[in-house]
Amino acid sequence: MALPAVLSRPAGAVVGTAPRRHVLAGIAGIVIVVLVMESVDPFRQAQLSTMAYLGIAIGGLTVLTGLNGQLSLGHGALMAIGAYTTAVMMHDPTSPRPLLLTILVSILVTLAVGAVVGVAAARLHGPYIAGATLALAVAVPGIASFFDKALGGEQGMTVTTPAPPTWLDNGFYFLTAHDLTATSYIAYLGWVALLIAFVLLANLSTARVGRNWRAVRDDDVAAEIAGIPVGRTRVVAFVVSAGCAGLAGSLMAMVVRLAAPSGFTLTLSLSLLTAIVLGGLGSLFGAVLGAALLTFLPQAITGVGTGFGLSDVQSAELAPFVYGVLLVLIMLLAPAGLVGETRNLLRRRRRGPTPGSTSIRSLT
Amino acid sequence: MRITRRPGRTWARRALVATSVLTASAVLAACGAGGRPSDQSTNGSGGAKSSAPTASDVGITKDTVTIGGTFPLTGVAAPGYSEIPTGTKAYFAYVNAHGGVNGRKIKYIVKDDGYDPTKTSQVTNELVLQDKVFAMLGALGTPTHTAVVGYLNSQKVPDLAVSSGSITWGDDPSTYPYTFGWQPDYEIEGKIIGKYIAQNMPKAKVGLFLQDDDFGRDGEKGLRQYIDKQIVKVTRYTSGNTDVGPQIAALKASGADLVVGFTVPAYTALSQLVSLKVGFKPTWFYSNVGSDPTLVGSLLAEFSKGAVKEASPLDGVYSTQYITGVDDPSDPWIQLWTKVWKKYGGKGDLTNYEVYGMCEAYFFVQALQAAGTNPTRDGIVAAVEKQGGDFTGPPLAPYRYSSDSHLGIGGMQVVQLEGGKTKELTPVEVSDLGKAPITEDSSQASDGPPASGIPDIQPAG
Repeated sequence: MALPAVLSRPAGAVVGTAPRRHVLAGIAGIVIVVLVMESVDPFRQAQLSTMAYLGIAIGGLTVLTGLNGQLSLGHGALMAIGAYTTAVMMHDPTSPRPLLLTILVSILVTLAVGAVVGVAAARLHGPYIAGATLALAVAVPGIASFFDKALGGEQGMTVTTPAPPTWLDNGFYFLTAHDLTATSYIAYLGWVALLIAFVLLANLSTARVGRNWRAVRDDDVAAEIAGIPVGRTRVVAFVVSAGCAGLAGSLMAMVVRLAAPSGFTLTLSLSLLTAIVLGGLGSLFGAVLGAALLTFLPQAITGVGTGFGLSDVQSAELAPFVYGVLLVLIMLLAPAGLVGETRNLLRRRRRGPTPGSTSIRSLT
Repeated sequence: MRITRRPGRTWARRALVATSVLTASAVLAACGAGGRPSDQSTNGSGGAKSSAPTASDVGITKDTVTIGGTFPLTGVAAPGYSEIPTGTKAYFAYVNAHGGVNGRKIKYIVKDDGYDPTKTSQVTNELVLQDKVFAMLGALGTPTHTAVVGYLNSQKVPDLAVSSGSITWGDDPSTYPYTFGWQPDYEIEGKIIGKYIAQNMPKAKVGLFLQDDDFGRDGEKGLRQYIDKQIVKVTRYTSGNTDVGPQIAALKASGADLVVGFTVPAYTALSQLVSLKVGFKPTWFYSNVGSDPTLVGSLLAEFSKGAVKEASPLDGVYSTQYITGVDDPSDPWIQLWTKVWKKYGGKGDLTNYEVYGMCEAYFFVQALQAAGTNPTRDGIVAAVEKQGGDFTGPPLAPYRYSSDSHLGIGGMQVVQLEGGKTKELTPVEVSDLGKAPITEDSSQASDGPPASGIPDIQPAG
């Protein structure tokens, strides 16, 4: 009679809890990635690997800003730390270190830096956090220039792109009749990393940790009264976000095959921020969308410009212009971002018009 | 006690079904794989020498050759540098209008990297994988090109005439067998400047103002071979940090009366501006890279918000040159470039950067001719190694190309700027890396272009 609740559920309930749903979505994601990756040419594969590392960084940032309300202008710098850690470990082509170890160390180093910055940021509010992280974005690339003997200075450090291990290549060929090239290997690596990171982020945000993040974001005084340690919650959010940036930076170093200060200017941090605005604050799907826009839009616009007979310089200048216009339009017409606005629309249609419903809610 | 279904569960069901379907289709799509085909047909080493033009390699059809290049067309490095590919394109348009090379028209695809290595990597992927270029020509910048040089070589893409004087591109062809430099490297420039100072200004107290990368370091290495004892102070700037006040103040305090700058144009302008402000008036000696009077003059006017006009502050400044600039309209090469620019170029007057681009284009036409009727990627590399040292063209000194060195132009001459014109102070001098002596070699300094304006290189048997 008194069976545990789990056992009395029908079979479909196996997939019922949020973490399981996330894992399933992740597995579906892998299948989609394989299908897409094997049907596009190597250039698109290379673009997809760019999209993957941008997606991870944007995902980490959207959780920090959307769910915890901390505005970071320094995520480009955190990516630089991940990228340089990878570069230091994979600089020498004669003695390559294990790939997973390299990625793991890159994440851990960035986590450590994120913890230090997070502790400082937890004491600050709103624009002051933005200011502190802005300083980070400006200062970190300078470190590489200053220690030019160890970190390669302005020219940066080259990264030897790892070749796929033979067993993996053979197994992959067995399944898909395609060889794993250096390009597709990195792209797969990036997307598997993205899916794992996003499953973990989604789980965190639906769990108690995520509820605490939102509580602190919405009203830190009320959260504190409810017994939530505000400072610690903020630091944890920052550390998690920094970990994503470290992973993204590590992958970026492998995709670009170089870690150089000029790759981590303030522009990178700002473009990550624009991507979460475009996609929708706090939405992981929006993060993927933002990454797609950052990756594909400039190249497409430049192509269109050249097609219309503009000179090379003019079509190169067209891309940032169109991106800016798009950003302004989305902020005017869809202030909750592309994903956020679509979701609001669906919700309204399902429930009928509910006057006074907030447009930006907790979105995962 | 039936629990009502949560919406999440139906969602999950659907996800489960979708996943299974997708997995099934993925497996189905894989049908027929399971193992590798055993016959690995190896092809490409044949190199059939037929006389009719065919699609002999990637990027080559019977009537086109597609090549690519990456340049900063936007951003801080764009002024000046963005004009280089315009010049290159203008010369190719001229060659194409006169029948092309072996009947093939040259198509030059130029991509913007904004001087950001991340973007260089992306647009180089685009050129190699999407546009399927035969070769790269003139890709600009040391940090930017460092990001892709390994990739281009692993893909066996000829990487000709990198627009940067770093010795990385050519001192060791076994590392990067497909990459070739073009302009004189910064080390021999340092040596030639050093020798001039040692001979003509032996009493000068020399201060150095260097960009903090290979550009400055290679230059300093060359200078120290000749004027090590004369150097009283070395200062460096990091590209991107526009405050050079401390460096200029340190140079002034050291009592230096001759400052040698290995700077890019923007920092030449900044050093001039700050020196004007603090009343520091040494003799200036800038590397060729940072001494274009027109560009430096316009940058100075911009930085000083119009207070400093034109290039007048650069009067009396020493520099070097390895191709004749637009200030010498009587030079036969400049006459050719002007003719090409008027007919096939863009708007405005011809600049030294466009001339630079045209000279690289001229070199590419020579290399393509040397590679024969049906060029291959390996073929053009072998042809430049074999014949490149004998290519005569717009450079004042001969190329150093061989199987042991992929470094380009081997020398230059010291000049002084006066009223926007250059006055030649020495004959053309050539040298090489390390302890190689500096010798005079004016053999190519006064030759003009062929009457057609298009080189005529015969492939070596």
